[in-house]
Order: sequence, then structure tokens, then C-alpha cells
Amino acid sequence: MRFSRTSKALGMVAIAALALTGCGASGSASGSGSTGGDTSKVILADGSEPQRPLMPADTNEVGGGKVIDMIFAGLVSYDPSGKPVNELAESIEGKDGQNFTIKVKKDQKFTNGEAITAKSFVDSWNFGAAAKNAQLSGGFFESIKGYDEASAEGSTVETMSGLKVVDDQTFTVELKQPESDWPLRLGYTAFVPVPSGALKDPKGFGEKPVGNGPYKLADGGWQHNVQIQLVPNPDYNGPRKAKNAGVTFKIFQNDDAAYQDLLSNNLDILQTIPTSALKNFKSDLGERTINKPYAGNQTIAIPEYLPEWSGEAGKLRRQAISMAINRDEITKVIFSGARQPAKDFTAPVLDGYSDSIPGADNLKFDATKAKDAWTKADGIQKWDAEKTFTIAYNADKGGHKAWVEAVVNQLKNTLGIKVEGKPYATFKEARNDATAKTLTGSIRSGWQADYPSLYNFLGPIYKTGAGSNDANYANPTFDKAISDGLNAASVSDGNKAMNKAQEILLTDLPAIPLWYQVAQGGWSDKVTNVDYGWDGVPLYYNVTGK
Amino acid sequence: MSTYILRRFLQLIPVFLGATLLVYFLVFSLPGDPIVALFGDKPVNEAVAAKLRVQYHLDQPFWMQYLFYLQSIFTFDLGQDFSGRPIATVLGEVFPVTARLAIMALIFEGVFGIVFGLIAGLRKGKFFDATVLVASLIVIGIPIFVLGFLLQFTIGVQLGWAKPTVSSAATVQDLILPAIVLGLGSFAYVLRLTRTSVIENMNADYVRTATAKGLSRFRVVRVHILRNSLIPVITFLGADLGALMGGAIVTEGIFNIPGVGNRLYRAVLSGEGPTVVSIVTVLVLIYCLSNLLVDLLYAWLDPRIRYDN
Repeated sequence: MRFSRTSKALGMVAIAALALTGCGASGSASGSGSTGGDTSKVILADGSEPQRPLMPADTNEVGGGKVIDMIFAGLVSYDPSGKPVNELAESIEGKDGQNFTIKVKKDQKFTNGEAITAKSFVDSWNFGAAAKNAQLSGGFFESIKGYDEASAEGSTVETMSGLKVVDDQTFTVELKQPESDWPLRLGYTAFVPVPSGALKDPKGFGEKPVGNGPYKLADGGWQHNVQIQLVPNPDYNGPRKAKNAGVTFKIFQNDDAAYQDLLSNNLDILQTIPTSALKNFKSDLGERTINKPYAGNQTIAIPEYLPEWSGEAGKLRRQAISMAINRDEITKVIFSGARQPAKDFTAPVLDGYSDSIPGADNLKFDATKAKDAWTKADGIQKWDAEKTFTIAYNADKGGHKAWVEAVVNQLKNTLGIKVEGKPYATFKEARNDATAKTLTGSIRSGWQADYPSLYNFLGPIYKTGAGSNDANYANPTFDKAISDGLNAASVSDGNKAMNKAQEILLTDLPAIPLWYQVAQGGWSDKVTNVDYGWDGVPLYYNVTGK
Repeated sequence: MSTYILRRFLQLIPVFLGATLLVYFLVFSLPGDPIVALFGDKPVNEAVAAKLRVQYHLDQPFWMQYLFYLQSIFTFDLGQDFSGRPIATVLGEVFPVTARLAIMALIFEGVFGIVFGLIAGLRKGKFFDATVLVASLIVIGIPIFVLGFLLQFTIGVQLGWAKPTVSSAATVQDLILPAIVLGLGSFAYVLRLTRTSVIENMNADYVRTATAKGLSRFRVVRVHILRNSLIPVITFLGADLGALMGGAIVTEGIFNIPGVGNRLYRAVLSGEGPTVVSIVTVLVLIYCLSNLLVDLLYAWLDPRIRYDN
């Protein structure tokens, strides 16, 4: 059994990926299509209806994000492994981690012919941050000096003082404080430039966006709730040049229907295999599948504002809970390998990731140690035997019920306490209680990286008062460790400091890391050269016909 | 007759107001803040959230929200959904698709149900009758989503006779399989209803008289048996049109049809009050109008029924 189907498929993918990256370098010089495969094929992929108009700074969910990412290009884009490569940037320089000088490449144009200059960037970012424009992703500009003034409720300030245009091709950025990983974020879709027309009529623009990416929206290409058609942008000359004749996202209401379409070759790429098909998709699709970890994880957040979960007793109890969960078993039995047991708070595809941070033992299943920790906690503050520990989850999507039930049973068996799953009917309801800090027990949580950096998994979630800090975790030592990381001179020093900060988290466990997300997708026999990026999204621009 | 129709139309007004009020209240009472949900797992930017709440009147108390909605109806502008598109446009996109599906299902269940029911009724107790009865019992017994997945997998994936999901245009051809799935349950009811009704009427005095008069078998069946047997069937079909349109949500999900059910489901999940209310209200109106049509058909089928007084 040394060569299981999976490992063979992975091997094939690895070879394909090597071939692609190998050709990528020469490909940009000699034009596209040197990887073999039919470049005249239009790729049919699955998508979901964007929630908001297709305005980059107003899009924060996957359905719209996938499209924005393909029709816009930013200063940098991420290569398949998550390394930033310059796309529109000529150079990004900043020695102190606080002041950056950014040079934009010359002669770059939007598909409507408008030139992309330093001003395009500054105007787009100011637009995204200003409160009066109510852009959902405005928070991504928070590190820039002057953001607070522009984003305050009711503010009429429309520009951030930290952004200055030097000349047509150059602008400078001043941050509020040094953040060594800030340039890493520039590949996120909120940071792309939009043409001047977009700022005058964002709503109209959101219907028919004009971008500068490897693809552009076809004429009348967005048929709402039905499909979004993208065609290659011939003027694009960055690292993500399209190697096919277009990508059409067919909008699906559920993954099961998409899977049936894939089986009958009516769909070329299915990004995520539905839970119902996890058991048999490998026999259905043969080697046309992928199984690749990406930058996302799943955790259980336990709010410290609950009396039983605060202080030293709370910490011991969280450790007990963590050690009472058999992650290996659940990832194997419930997910059939579609998740990997977590060994830290981030994700393995990230630069600087380590699976052996001191304290990672707390994430290993150990019934005896778990019981010991629980008893010790009882010595400090007695746990009421009548009390039920709940794990809340949203039942409307994501298929969380199965694993929550499994965790519930493991906790019951190991710790001998009352545990229950607590379903919320909708995601919205669950988020409401989490943000209002009115949870009565733990809640399933998780993080999908916005940009490939360890900090993105730590700062926004566990820093004191951070916006996504559902657990209400507050630890000055951790905050200090995080800012040390941001102040570090180099990215690798920064990563070391971030992992130091993780040591604190692994003891405190404000949330209990469960597993890393693994992208499991499949494709039809009409396409080839399929690989996924660091974020679990297929690299559509590389896909060709057979 | 015309006063009767006018009266029925006037009755639609309170129904309309009641339905919108009730549905609006139900959506309003859904737990969770839709604007918070827009941010997903990301931190909520209060300034942005406040701005959006004002835009969608979500900062107002229930009565004000409802009045805003009524105002928007009377100015023929139903407002916007969360992606900033006019709800009227959304309705214009989804209703034709679901209407096509529901009407195709109705034709399927009507034609096949009545034909099979009539034959079964006329051959009561024979082999055909028994087979049809058992088959219809099985169809009624199996939930629609099981039938849907089964037919989708066998006919769509394995045999490849039809595409497992509908194409972007949702043409009549694409919708044949989904319409059969949607109509199957009601088909069985129509069949059984017709059969029972036919058997009852076959023993009626006027049928015996007609036969005794020497009328041809065909004329007896068509004019005397079938026409009289259709009254309960028509009632059922009329009420079923509304049920089919509202109940297409499962079928639409299985075959990925971009219709009412899909949009309604999404709107409920994301808490878009005005979208939900608009869709449901149109469904209620369709239900009322098809019932009115049924009542008018009665008079044609059974001349003893008169509406003027």
C-alpha cells in the first residue's frame, strides 16, 4: 500500500506544478501556452453569487473575491506557494518597516485605456478607507497613518495623511507604527487600483467592473445567479497571464449539483468536493483530483468572559479540553483526510510555519493528562456537575454538525462532563452572539488567510481588543510578543518572534486549534494543468484544455 | 359575473397587505443582524455598518421599516438587495424561470394524471388499474429530493440523456427532467383523484341515462363522465400551481435552477427583508389568482354553479 491513489495523484500534481513553474519564467518572455495543452479552451468552473457589487474594497467573501482576484491586478500577486511577486510594482522599499516608497511600473493600463499611476492607487485606497463610502473591506487600510480620521463614524475626511503621491510612478506610505509584514498584504484584493470612474459611480462600476488583471468581464458577462463570464485581457503582462480562452463561473446553489455536473463533464473544475462525495470521489475521478493543504484552520473559541473559563482554572480547563480531543481520529473518520490535525495556530503552507513550537503537546490527545488538568482546575474552582459545556456552530452551511458531535462525544468520554452541540440556524445568528459577546459556551471558529503571513492568523484574532477576538483574550505579554514580531528587521526574524508569541497562545489556548484546511477538488477529463494556490483556490489562469 | 370578479379582486388588497405585514414581521424577528453577517468572520467596522444600516432602513423600528417598504411598493420601486440591485429586476429574473418550471410540471401532472386516472377508473380492478395504483402509492411515498437525486444521477449522469443541471438559459428542454420531478408527487394525487371521481360518476344516474339513450361510449365518457369528474381535479390543480411555485425550492436546488426558490433561500439566510417579502408576496398573489381562476372554471364545468346573485 505504499502508492495509494492519493499519493500518486499528489505526485502527478507536484510534477505538473514543477512543469508549470519551470515554464512560467520563460513563458512570460515567449508568450503563453508553452506548457502544452489546448489554450483555446474556455474553462467552466463553479462559483457563487457575489454578495455585494464587484468593487474590490467592498468584497470580502469568496464568491466575489474569486472574480475580483482575476479581473484586477495589484502591486504584488502571490505565487502558488504564497510568495509575493511584483505584479504592478516596480519596487517596494521600506527600511524601517514604517515608511515605504512604492514605484509603479510604467505604461500599465486598465482595460478601458486609462493609465495606472501612483495616483490610481492612492485614490483607490483613500476611497476604500473613507467611512462615507461604507466599503466592507475598509479595515485593511487600518495600518496606514490617517486611517482612524478617515474611517471614524460620520467622518467627512476623504484622504489618509499617510499616503502621498510623489510623481506619476511613485507614492509613499507612512504607517502608524512599524509593521514588517505590511508589504505582504499588498496582494490582497482590497489593495488593487480601480479606474477613476469607479470612484464616481461605485454602484454602476460594481455591476460592470473594469480592471487590469489577467481576465476581464465579458460584455454582459455577469448574469446574476447564473454565471460570470471572464475572457483573457490581452494587455495584461504580469505573472498570471491567462493560458486559456476564458473562465466561466457557473453559479451553484449547492455543491452536490456541481459534483453531478463534474461527473458528466458539464463542469471542468470543482473547487471543493461536497461532503457527501468525500468517500467516493477518488474512485469517481481517478487521478483528476487534488488534496492540498491551504492557509486556513478550524478552532473552538472559548470566551474568557465566562466565569468558569477565566483565570488559572479556565486555562487548565481549556488545556484539558484540548488534550481530550483526538484530532487524528476525527480527521480520518469524519473528514476522510480532508483536514490535517493542527499543531499550532496558523497553517502549514505559510512561510515560517513550525509544527514543533514548545507547547504544541497541548494539542495532542492524551486522556490521562486531560483528566489530570481538569481535576486540578476543579481544585481551584469547582465545576458544577450539572453544568453543560456547549459547542456552538452554524447549521446552515459548512457541514459542521458531524465533527462537532464527534468532539462532543470525545469530551464526554474523556472528561466525564456534560457536553452538547449547540446549532445556530444561520451563520448570521452565530456571528451576532459572538460579536455582541453574549455567548454562553464555546463556538466553532476558523480563519482563512487574507494574505500569506503568520501574523494574519494571530494579530487580528488574539490581540487585546482585536476585531475578531471572539474569545475576548487579553494578554499583554502576547501583545508585546506580536509587536516585537512586527518590528523585526526581516521577515524571517519576524516569523521567529511570531512563533515565540504562539508559545504563549499554546499555553493559554484562548481558542483550541483543531485542524488545518485541505483543499480537495476535482476536474473533468477535458482540462489539464490544474493546481491550487496557497489559499486553496485553483490557479485558473494556468488551466488548459487537453 | 363581472361584479363577482371585481369583488374577488378587491379581496386581494387585504390579503396583500396582510401577507406583506406578516412576512415582513417574520423576517424582522429572525435572530441575528444581517449587517454584522455581511462582515463574515472579519471584524465589524462600526462606521461602515452604521452607514449600511441607514441605507437599508435597518436602524428603524419595525413599523417604520414596514412603512418604508409599503412606500417603496407604491412608488414602484421595491428597493435594493444587498448587492445593490433593484429588487424589481431580481423578481423579473427569477419569476419567469420558476413560472416556466411550475407550468411545465402542471401540464405534466395534469395531462398524465387525468389520462392515467381516467383509464384506471374505466378499467377498475383490472391489471392496469392495479399497477397504476401501486406505482402512484410508491411515488407519493418517496420524498421529492430522493426522486430528484435518483433521476438526476441515473438519467443525467449515468445515461447522459439530459444534463444533470440546467444550462444558463434554463430553456424548456433543460427543464423537462426537473418539471417531471417537481410534478411527480402531484401527478400521483391527480391520478388517484381522477380515478376515484370517474368510478363514482360511472355509477351516477345521468351516466346510466346517457348510455340508455344510446349515446356512443366515447361521448358518454367525454361529456358525462370526464367533465363531471374534473371538478375536484381542477380545484386541486389550481391550488397546486401556487404550491408548485413556492415548493420548487427543493427541485431548484437539486438541478441548480436559478429561480425563485434559490433567491428566496439566500435572502432568508442573509436576512434581506424586502427581497423576501417581495418574492413571497408575488407568490401569495399568484396563489390567490390561480384560485380565482379555478372558481371561474367551476362555472364552466358545472353549469349549476352561478356566481351572480
